[in-house]
Amino acid sequence: MEVPITIRVDGAERSMTIDTRTTLLDAMRDRLSIMSPKKGCDHGQCGSCTVLLDGRRVVSCLALAVAHDGAEITTAAGLADGAELHPVQQAFVDRDGFQCGYCTPGQICSAVGMLEEAKAGHPSHVTDDLTGPIDLDDAELRERMSGNLCRCGAYVNIVAALREGTAS
Amino acid sequence: MTLQANAMGTPTRRLDGAPKVTGTAPYAYEQPVKNPVYVHAVQSGVARGTIRSIETVAAEAVDGVVAVLTHRNATRLADVGDDELAVLQSDSVAFRGQLIAAVLAETPEAARHAARLIQVTYDDEPADTELRADREDLHAPEGEDPPDDRSRDEFAAAFSSADVRVDQTYTTPMLHNNPMEPHTTVAVWDEESEVRLTMFDSTQGVHVVRSTLAPLFGLRPEQMRVVAPHVGGGFGSKGMPHAHNVLAGLAARAVPGRPVKYAVPRQQMYALTGHRSPTIQRIRLGAERDGRLAAISHDSVEHSSTVKEFAEECGKPTRSLYAGAHRLITQRLATLDVPVPSWMRAPGECPGAFALEVAMDELAEACGVDPIDLRIVNDPELDPKTGHPWSSRRLVECLQEGAERFGWAARDPEPGRRQTGGTLVGMGVAASTYPCFRSPGSVARIEVTDDGRYSVRIGAVDIGTGAWTALTQIAADALGCDMELVKLEIGDTDLPHATVAGGSSGLTSWGSAIVEAARILRHEHGASPRVGTTVEAETPDKPRGVAVHSFGAQFAEVHVDPDTGEIRVPRMLGVFAVGRVINAATARSQLIGGMTMGLSMALHEVGVMDHRTGHVVNHDLAEYHIVTNADVGDVEATWLDDVDPQANPMGSKGIGEIGIVGAPAAVANAVYNATGVRVRDLPITADLLLR
Ligand code: FES
Ligand code: FES
Repeated sequence: MEVPITIRVDGAERSMTIDTRTTLLDAMRDRLSIMSPKKGCDHGQCGSCTVLLDGRRVVSCLALAVAHDGAEITTAAGLADGAELHPVQQAFVDRDGFQCGYCTPGQICSAVGMLEEAKAGHPSHVTDDLTGPIDLDDAELRERMSGNLCRCGAYVNIVAALREGTAS
Repeated sequence: MTLQANAMGTPTRRLDGAPKVTGTAPYAYEQPVKNPVYVHAVQSGVARGTIRSIETVAAEAVDGVVAVLTHRNATRLADVGDDELAVLQSDSVAFRGQLIAAVLAETPEAARHAARLIQVTYDDEPADTELRADREDLHAPEGEDPPDDRSRDEFAAAFSSADVRVDQTYTTPMLHNNPMEPHTTVAVWDEESEVRLTMFDSTQGVHVVRSTLAPLFGLRPEQMRVVAPHVGGGFGSKGMPHAHNVLAGLAARAVPGRPVKYAVPRQQMYALTGHRSPTIQRIRLGAERDGRLAAISHDSVEHSSTVKEFAEECGKPTRSLYAGAHRLITQRLATLDVPVPSWMRAPGECPGAFALEVAMDELAEACGVDPIDLRIVNDPELDPKTGHPWSSRRLVECLQEGAERFGWAARDPEPGRRQTGGTLVGMGVAASTYPCFRSPGSVARIEVTDDGRYSVRIGAVDIGTGAWTALTQIAADALGCDMELVKLEIGDTDLPHATVAGGSSGLTSWGSAIVEAARILRHEHGASPRVGTTVEAETPDKPRGVAVHSFGAQFAEVHVDPDTGEIRVPRMLGVFAVGRVINAATARSQLIGGMTMGLSMALHEVGVMDHRTGHVVNHDLAEYHIVTNADVGDVEATWLDDVDPQANPMGSKGIGEIGIVGAPAAVANAVYNATGVRVRDLPITADLLLR
């Protein structure tokens, strides 16, 4: 079955008729040629496909496109302002927070979403004080970024990048 | 002469940084192609047998299906003597998960749906997939002569008369490379064009893909082009083409003029794109009371596949790491009905060093000497394998500097005694080594362009190592110019031939060719060559009569919860002697990345084969665990200030693999120091510490 949907990706409105089986990830990659979100597992297990969906981080391989008519999506490509990188992106470059770069757009969208969650006071598994503001120490950063696998093993540099990103 | 370093040695940021962090660097699947066809493959459901029937009518009837390929209708390929690549060529099944059919469709959804409608029946035969050291059919790998009787007798005599003996068996499980970018090929077959087959491929070597596949499809090399500008990791699994590349070629052949896109689903990678064999390794160490080794033996058993032989040579590090007069190294394989094993980061050295370096820890304890001192007294003057002098070794300095930085003095040699806040604390050390390979046959071409820059062309590949950046730094220093004046092109068979990004040989092989080309340019054309001047040079021969290896010392601290057995690794440190470090940022990332993968191997990774079905049952990233961010503490890598002029013209040695060698042993030894429980079988899990 095919249905028409419209989504906004990185500020641009995109309309298409979509197979109801199509994931948001495949809608972007195969239908719209928006390749910034990556496919590492297609099963919600790696985080490579993470985008900001209406401001929250989601794995787009587990979202059906048909269920997101009207959604506002930001990919890592959309976080940059032309040649000007988002501070989190710049911190990844400065701290070499990646090697092959395949998990990286997902890591970065996840980090941007994560920083918002922390700012809003959402606790994590390692948060001791559930009432106060969140102190994003290394343990918090590691815990909150654990939905994004990196086989190149760039975790320590990712944490260093985010430490910098959160300090600023 | 060793190159003067200006750009080299600096932590220059990755030149491909911005495209990577925005996700706009195009990987294989992301190459813009028009009107593609999507491929979804079907894998065999039995581990051994013959396909009796394969029913494709229902699949063909699905809206949007363009074709269904099986062994009955796929193009006949030339027999190149590599059965892994004989895809859809016969009805026989040699392992579970083998490619037996593929659907080509207008959309990925239609292809996947139709693939599920294909009905297959088999005449299946009992499959044999279980590796055991007591199997009667174990055999030496092809081309390897087992040690003769005399060396066996000499070892036996030296071992039995040794003051202190360790005789233990260590095992490592089936491991899967799992690069984050799944193996992907986009292929176009064009009858009209001189280049018949074009592949955008996720590979560690564009030329090896071409030289392997072109003959299969009856093409001359120039009739095929392979392009790989960005690659999402490989760790060996993309070091040679596998069955999926062939399937993409067959699919392209079936729909000439239309690009076909085939990304191997993560679940299918476990059977199709190579893995590290499980290993069973017996180590015997015989030493004098002070720890001086008199006899060393390493007997390893691995599996190989009926389709193609591959030997995970675990004995390799044991040939060179320590002194010791009598050495016996054997390897035997069981040829089983399993997927085809292949390269995985530091093949041989990685699991081999796990066994050897845990055995050394056991020997240190048996002799009552510090594990670092044990390694120092056994540091060999010459390479025990070849008898050649070392170009430079410096393992002892790595150990000493590491001990100092890590605070080794705080370690209690008595296991299970140190605690902080109710948590058991332990420290472990292990040595790392990896040979410095130089592959012959890479060619670099340098051309002076009209914008006053130098175009440097070589068909190398950056799989995440930082080769884009490091090769640019090397070229700048070789030409004596700023990096901005170097325009590097890599990742395409239209460029001069290059060897594989593997075996930690990339920078040595490619960089040496670039340095040589720059030398010729300057020698023949001076400081300001005319626009259009072009020179080419091949990688010079490797040095003879000298043993060139990277070395390192790895340290780990572990915390173990005495009630639950939970293991945490708050700190790891690696100190390496790797010659000149070309780019401090990307080198550190590679070393840390290797150590992180070693931590993953120590505590998490295991491919579980169900021997009733020959199936790797945990074939996805939810069930096959690799370390996540929360599993990794502080991992630090550093190196000695070093230049090895004999290694290559840059004075550098390989760094891609050495980070994983020794890291699992350092963790295992730390677990023992924390708990007093010696785990000899990876991965080390909480339950093993509570027995
Ligand atoms: S591709 Fe979506 S989580 Fe892996
Ligand atoms: S950078 Fe390669 S997987 Fe993360």
